[in-house]
Amino acid sequence: MAEFWSGFLLPLIIMVLQILAITVPLLVAVAFMTYAERKIMGAMQMRQGPSIVGPFGLMQPFADGLKLFAKEQILPEGANRIVFYVAPMLTFFLALIAWAVIPFDYGVVLSNINVGVLYLFAISSLGVYGIVMAGWASNSRYAFLGALRSAAQMVSYEVSMGLIIITVLLCVGSLNLTDIVRAQEKVWFCIPLLPMFVMFFISALAETNRAPFDLPEGESELVAGFMVEYSSAPFALFFLGEYANMILMSAMTSILFLGGWLPPLPFAPFTWVPGIVWFALKIAFCLFTYVWVRATVPRYRYDQLMRLGWKVFLPLSLFWVVLTAGVLVTFGWLPK
Amino acid sequence: MILQGIAFYVFAALLVASGVMVISARNPVHSVLFLILAFFQAAGLCLLMGAEFIAMILIIVYVGAVAVLFLFVVMMLDINFRELRQGAMEVLPLGALVGLILLAELAAVLGGWIVAPNVAAIAGAPTPAIDQVSNTQALGRLMYTQYVYLFQASGVVLLIAMIGAIVLTLRHRPGVRKQNIGAQISRRREDVVVIRKVPTGEGV
Repeated sequence: MAEFWSGFLLPLIIMVLQILAITVPLLVAVAFMTYAERKIMGAMQMRQGPSIVGPFGLMQPFADGLKLFAKEQILPEGANRIVFYVAPMLTFFLALIAWAVIPFDYGVVLSNINVGVLYLFAISSLGVYGIVMAGWASNSRYAFLGALRSAAQMVSYEVSMGLIIITVLLCVGSLNLTDIVRAQEKVWFCIPLLPMFVMFFISALAETNRAPFDLPEGESELVAGFMVEYSSAPFALFFLGEYANMILMSAMTSILFLGGWLPPLPFAPFTWVPGIVWFALKIAFCLFTYVWVRATVPRYRYDQLMRLGWKVFLPLSLFWVVLTAGVLVTFGWLPK
Repeated sequence: MILQGIAFYVFAALLVASGVMVISARNPVHSVLFLILAFFQAAGLCLLMGAEFIAMILIIVYVGAVAVLFLFVVMMLDINFRELRQGAMEVLPLGALVGLILLAELAAVLGGWIVAPNVAAIAGAPTPAIDQVSNTQALGRLMYTQYVYLFQASGVVLLIAMIGAIVLTLRHRPGVRKQNIGAQISRRREDVVVIRKVPTGEGV
């Protein structure tokens, strides 16, 4: 019995508590991300933003959440019931499980696996399934068109994203996320690999279906795209999943290019601040830029989006992989 | 050890079950979704064997890219299932033959394993022990040294397949208007706008 407790049950309880310690703050962050987005967009468009519910409108996300869950669930006629309900669950689930490998500080990681970056890439490439399944199962033309757009868009931008990740891996020599951050102790990768950083950020926008690449849900053409038939809790799951994905992509950007938990300068006043705070600040900076882009840039046309992905980003990132490899080999800078 | 055993049987049973569902599901989209589930179970089995790189690549390449395009196509096809099932009996002998060949190959591989258990160890000899280098590094070292020509050759095969697909679908249609972004951006105000004072009652 004691063996069962110490060998199986206790690790299980610790594991569940660790998972809760990641997901609960993440969901709170998602809630306040929606609030922050509305406030920042309000400020950029000289409006107030939410200001009624609670002090400074801080309770607005919870009011919205309550409203969403209190609404009626509608299953469209001719919809495929199981796939229709599995799709939002899948989106939400995928947005959460990716956090298992994210290092918040040195050694503060749920699962420090050897192929962390591949795991993240795999999970983010699965995000398209939630959207495609939702679009197909809704039995609606708008939803289906949104799903088709999204499938093509996410597959296209994944290709250049993979090449950008390869560039970073060439400089690190490891697929482990902790190693990737520690390789940036001298200089963050956003400085030597600046063009890759910019391209990764833009690809991340496309991968998370954010403006100016929000064509899968482009409301001016497709009403609300793939989620047009969803209401109540399934809609809320899509919403939460999308925002959790945005935070995940920001975390990925900060790990790959902005030095993860590392302070900007490696001496006294900066090193006093714990690493997890730096990491959170970097994520917040990326998220702010997402909102900034949304408030600034108009939506792309679909053929322009595809042109950018295949004719600009793919050759450029391929060229940069070759260039980086060449420079590393020529100067003998290859990581051991 | 017991947990690993349970995990193996769960993955294996789900793999076989979803494989059966792929061929027995009435709706082709459901078939593709079950195929994706089968890929996942296979990736889980790879993880249990300690081949984490293969598992992740399986998910990235097959689930993340190939199956998406597959699903994409199947969703847009307008298939008549009744006709499809009528034709199935005619190709059954061929399918059975392919299945038999695969079964024989599997039997040959597994039989060799049982008859001479140390063959696998000899074949795997160039790979260093798992505690010295990680799985990914071992794979890379082997692939870019000993098997570099085969690796390049497989790349060439893929390239030829790609060129073939392009050749089959590329056709030049006359009269297609394309957007030239460079020309659009390099337009200057003085090239396109003329300001004229128009006297009253005379026109331009």
